[in-house]
Amino acid sequence: MAHVKGLRCRECGHDYEIAPIYTCEWCFGPVEVVYDYDAIRASVSREKIAAGPDNIWRYSDLLPVESDAAIDLGAGYTPLVRCDRLAESLGLGELWIKNDTLNPTNSFKDRVVAVALSKALEFGFKTVACASTGNLANSVAAHAARAGLKSYVFVPSDLEAGKIVTTSVYGGNVVAVNGNYDDVNRLCAELAGMYPWAFVNVNVRPFYAEGSKTLAYETAEQLGWQTPDHVVVPIASGSLLTKIDKGFAELYKVGLLDEEPKVRVSGAQALGCSPVAEAYLTNSDTIKPVKPKTIAKSLAIGNPADGYFALDVVRRTNGAMSAVTDDEIVEGIRLLARTEGIFAETAGGVTIATLAKLAHAGVVRPDERVVAYITGHGLKTLDAVQGVVGPTATIAPNLEAFQAAFTIEEQ
Amino acid sequence: MAVTVRIPTQLRNLSGNAAEVQVDGGTVNEVLQNLNVAHPGFGERLFDDAGTLRRFVNVFLAEEDIRFMDGVNTAVAPGQVLSIVPAVAGG
Repeated sequence: MAHVKGLRCRECGHDYEIAPIYTCEWCFGPVEVVYDYDAIRASVSREKIAAGPDNIWRYSDLLPVESDAAIDLGAGYTPLVRCDRLAESLGLGELWIKNDTLNPTNSFKDRVVAVALSKALEFGFKTVACASTGNLANSVAAHAARAGLKSYVFVPSDLEAGKIVTTSVYGGNVVAVNGNYDDVNRLCAELAGMYPWAFVNVNVRPFYAEGSKTLAYETAEQLGWQTPDHVVVPIASGSLLTKIDKGFAELYKVGLLDEEPKVRVSGAQALGCSPVAEAYLTNSDTIKPVKPKTIAKSLAIGNPADGYFALDVVRRTNGAMSAVTDDEIVEGIRLLARTEGIFAETAGGVTIATLAKLAHAGVVRPDERVVAYITGHGLKTLDAVQGVVGPTATIAPNLEAFQAAFTIEEQ
Repeated sequence: MAVTVRIPTQLRNLSGNAAEVQVDGGTVNEVLQNLNVAHPGFGERLFDDAGTLRRFVNVFLAEEDIRFMDGVNTAVAPGQVLSIVPAVAGG
């Protein structure tokens, strides 16, 4: 049962009824779901959540969807892993990784898409669509197949081959557009005005974005209904970071946390596409769009719609932002894999490399309980590490060859 | 020959439901000001009180974001297409 009152513009405060709209008619600011928190407080409890399904729908009281319409591929409730070996190598204390590579299509996008497509069904849409850098494409195609919806997925034509395959396999339409993500997005914004489709990141975006809050809910629940001191979150559009901050605040608002959370929120970007980090680092109130040039394609949004809100959150919570090079991203992927056995895509490399940078600078501190969000699986971006890692040795199939290549001391 | 301005759905009540409007002007700013003359109401929706383009309004000239060029001072040639597009998110 959804406890929603309506939609409200985050920029100018105009109110709207619940509908498939995404921007304020007045100022073009993004609209956001407004909840009846008193009703949620009366309905929700730790016990009720614990008795719910092992996926995002355990938090349906806090999501803008009637739960009986929910499309369920099993998104969410991914492991929160204590990472002492990574912590030691970074000079940190209590460090956790939220391993969102373990979603149905191996990225956090399954959370937002499950909410968006469930809402699209409620609105009566028959066709869903999205602009995507790959992860969203995978997830929309899979969830559409699961729900029996038609789908049109628009991607930049230079996307990693693996992400095209892992979208096309679900049988919907995949449209490769000759342009970057921002070009694809602009095309979709115009198409959304022409066709009666649910564009998950356009006209049902206010609902879609709410799915990201479940990352904060799970983190708190898995920590025994406590919050971290500091979280590190990758920034593409800025929506994920903003919603994680919102999620923690909501838990307190509805009585699920005993103390008001004080979570420092830090943001991670790739240097080749760092409009938000650039504004933060230059102390600017203007986010200037950029043309992305980075291996972290899932973060390559040069014109981030929620960038201003992400900037506000980081400043308000006394977090920080940093941007990392492609080489640092690859090393971040390898560091996480070799210390903790978690293989992340390039966005995860951005997060780990940024965490390392902020830890080195003393911004993320060893006395803090830290959670870093790993949002996509490494198998999605094999290209990034293909030339860097490989066989330790290539040998003939005989004992002598092995012994010539390796000196084995321990028994 | 005038400039073609593509109007997003949110603003079509100001253009008599037209998706495209023909307006004259030598710069983006002139085109948008003339749009406001032809269809009063556009000005206050696109610009804030200080006269600067609202931060969630994106304007594209021939598919290029004007912020990569000279912003509202970018020169516009007759026959070109100017698109007004709200910011969208995703990934």
